[in-house]
Amino acid sequence: MSVQKADVVIVGGGLMGSATAFFLRKRGQSVILLERDQIGQYASGVNFGNVRRQGRFLGQLALANRSWALWKRLPELIDDDLEFIPSGHMRVCYREDEIAELEAYAAAPEAEQLDLKIYRGAELHRRFGFLGPDVKGGSYAPHDGHANPRLAAPAFARAARRLGAQIEERTEVAEVQKVGADFHITTTDGRQFQAAQLLITAGAWGQKLSAQFGEPVPLDTHGPQMAVTEPVPYALPTVIGVYTKIPEEVIYFRQIPRGNIVIGGGYRSKPDMLNRRAYVEPRSILNQVSQMRRLLPGVGNLNIIRVWSGIEGYLPDSLPVMGPSGTVDGLFYAFGFCGHGFQLGPGVGDVMAELLATGATSTPIAPFSITRFAPPAEQRSQAS
Amino acid sequence: MATARVVIVGAGPAGVRCAETLLAAGIKPILIDENRRDGGQIYRRQPEGFTRDYATLYGTEAAKAQALHQSFDRLRSAIDYRPDTLVWNLTPGQLCCVSQGRHSTVDYDALILCTGATDRLMPIEGWQLAGTYSLGGAQIALKNQAVSIGHRVVFMGSGPLLYLVASQYIKAGAEVAAVLDTSPLSLRIKALPKLLARPGLLFTGIKLLAQLYRAKVAVHLGIKPLQVMGDAANGVMGVRFSTGSGRVETVQADAVALGYHLRPETQLGDLAGCTMAFDHASSQWWLATDDAGRTSVKGVYAAGDGAKIRGADAAEHAGRLVALALLEDQQLPVDGALRDEQQQALGVMDQFRLGLAQAFPWPSEQAKALPDSAIVCRCEMISAGELRRTVNEKGACEVNRAKAFSRVGMGRCQGRYCSQAGAEVIAAAAGVQVQEVGRQRGQAPVKPLSMLIIEEVSS
Amino acid sequence: MNGRFVRLAEQGRPTVSLTVDGATIEALQGDTLMVALLTQGNALRQSEFDSGRRAGFCLMGACQDCWVWTRSGERLRACSNEVRDGLDIVTTQPEATWPLHG
Repeated sequence: MSVQKADVVIVGGGLMGSATAFFLRKRGQSVILLERDQIGQYASGVNFGNVRRQGRFLGQLALANRSWALWKRLPELIDDDLEFIPSGHMRVCYREDEIAELEAYAAAPEAEQLDLKIYRGAELHRRFGFLGPDVKGGSYAPHDGHANPRLAAPAFARAARRLGAQIEERTEVAEVQKVGADFHITTTDGRQFQAAQLLITAGAWGQKLSAQFGEPVPLDTHGPQMAVTEPVPYALPTVIGVYTKIPEEVIYFRQIPRGNIVIGGGYRSKPDMLNRRAYVEPRSILNQVSQMRRLLPGVGNLNIIRVWSGIEGYLPDSLPVMGPSGTVDGLFYAFGFCGHGFQLGPGVGDVMAELLATGATSTPIAPFSITRFAPPAEQRSQAS
Repeated sequence: MATARVVIVGAGPAGVRCAETLLAAGIKPILIDENRRDGGQIYRRQPEGFTRDYATLYGTEAAKAQALHQSFDRLRSAIDYRPDTLVWNLTPGQLCCVSQGRHSTVDYDALILCTGATDRLMPIEGWQLAGTYSLGGAQIALKNQAVSIGHRVVFMGSGPLLYLVASQYIKAGAEVAAVLDTSPLSLRIKALPKLLARPGLLFTGIKLLAQLYRAKVAVHLGIKPLQVMGDAANGVMGVRFSTGSGRVETVQADAVALGYHLRPETQLGDLAGCTMAFDHASSQWWLATDDAGRTSVKGVYAAGDGAKIRGADAAEHAGRLVALALLEDQQLPVDGALRDEQQQALGVMDQFRLGLAQAFPWPSEQAKALPDSAIVCRCEMISAGELRRTVNEKGACEVNRAKAFSRVGMGRCQGRYCSQAGAEVIAAAAGVQVQEVGRQRGQAPVKPLSMLIIEEVSS
Repeated sequence: MNGRFVRLAEQGRPTVSLTVDGATIEALQGDTLMVALLTQGNALRQSEFDSGRRAGFCLMGACQDCWVWTRSGERLRACSNEVRDGLDIVTTQPEATWPLHG
């Protein structure tokens, strides 16, 4: 069988892989993307859909800002708006002393572009009359919003394909080897691929491949707990999330124009990695409805009609793995986005394409380097 | 040896006979049912204060209905009966229940799913108009509430229920505008050998048809449904169809009762991780069970229409048989004669149901013929054209994928009334067999769950 | 009033009074909310995604088509709830367009 060659082979067809494939084609790079199941089937497709910048690790905001500029241009870029609505995002808190923490974040120089405004007390309840009386304060990000995660990766993949990318679904990588200057990839159906550059965007499975190249990372997997209500008249344009140190309280919701309210957060479940399925635990649903009644009085009148989960990859410092390999030339990573990758997707694709095509990127991504997990001796030798 | 905790879900014919058989063997099961009263659907009991007798309510099935209700009344205090309780989710060994807004859990060692069935629907242009009901719904209106679903009703679809409900309506004094059967007479003749497995039932069917003719009801066989006509203000105003010979006709009506036999309620089996198997005769996915009702998951059993669509009589036998299977699995003595009796009866019923499937087939070809403008998903108002676009433009050749892109199956009914037809539309657009596009994955909650739900404080 | 459902029997039952869209109607004890509404009107609610109205479908609690609003914003499934005195049902969406207010 003949070997299929490209400038870049991408392993993993979630949002990061699909977006990178698209931006690589814009830069004239040939690309083959290999996805074991269907594009966007895992973390990319099941998350809450928050297109949110506020609340991120401050060192991630440059990347988030770059991504945000792309979200605005999606119809022109990929001929699909992904149902993105810049509805505004409110990070609310139940305790007075937490307002100061929200203020501190808003005052950080990295957060300037977000135009955050702090609300409290009567002013908050006047503007956001649907929130429960327990809400003491909140930080409002007027440019943040939400979109439909199920559509995102598939739309990017289709756009990449229209530009000439080769997208292979139901194609499982059996073996990857660096042979000389190239990566040789064999799939379980016997096909062979070859490229000078290899990008691992395999999400919760990213560490299997990074470990093979001598760069294991402590990746953990979790199932987000999602629920959705029946459709009711559209009246809640703002995405709401709770800022708190109590895990069960970390609830977020967004209403879509069709009227359904999407709810997430509280607990996480342990996915079944063997069968690649994840479930919503009954206690998650009970917790969510209870938390929602506190956050949004009157929501008790509604019914939950569906719940779902998926598989997300997490690193212990809540930051992704992104950037070049510390050990192998031509090897790159963008995985483990800790349940907060959706808004970053277009930006990650753009940055990784820039990095792969030119050797550098103008957006700071050093905090996400895989080398942070290397044993100290190796880190020292990498730094020198 | 500690007694196994046995939970039965569903108090219809299968669940009741299962409970009865377990009780006779000294096991006291928990019997959970969503409805306030026992009986399931076909033997649904009328509310208190209603006066019609069994003959009026259940016609030829009166004796069976009465026997079932009396059996239940006798065993009710000997079991742990929990009506008005919905099992909305489960984890291995534990059910999540909600009753009157209060959530509680019920642990089980053995779970017997007797969850029954709903009508099976194939969309027709205009079926979202107010005044369109399922055949089963039309029957419940009459049996349980003594009302007709409209002033002038068209019955359309296929299967024995079509004739049964239409003639029940005539007997009760309702006006039936027409009975429109998509299945031609030729198929019934072809199926005759199998239908003769139960001559009594076959005879009843013929009698019903004769009743309709006597009442001068227009009965058309081998029709193609074209459109439920009407408007937003009035709802249904008529039905347009083409006869077996290709002539297009219109019938005036303010209600349509629509249905193509039944589909099983498999959501709890799905959540329990049971394997599904494609039944070719009826062209739909059922829980994979052995002859006695064991599923692929140890300790989980299924009986009645929720397992295999074979009707109420078969459900009673299957209920007894699955109880016996459970006893056997618990290493308890089993009444071999009783078991043989059920197996023999079910063998006959299996033959008959194959005959029914042949005589009154699921009209899969109608899915391909649906105009693009016809609505497939009533809850979300998604058209056949939109669904086809997700196949053709987005490459979604699998039901769950197409659901994610098109929203078919994302509504309140959770795919009960749209998913199977949706699968047919997808398969036709993708040019593959319907079993290749898969089936909608069951998710919790099994029915919409009120956000008022609070946890029961255990005493 | 022009109802969709037609009573065929069992009419000798005690009456129950409820309000529908502001007007008082009489139903019979043992009626489901659906029957109470549809023996006197022709729909239960507005369809969310088109201009049509809905009047239920399966009558067995499976299709979820027959959910109605009470004036106070409560949701009731009309086919599986018995009618009771004093219910206050609205068949068009509450004016505030959001049940949380009030």
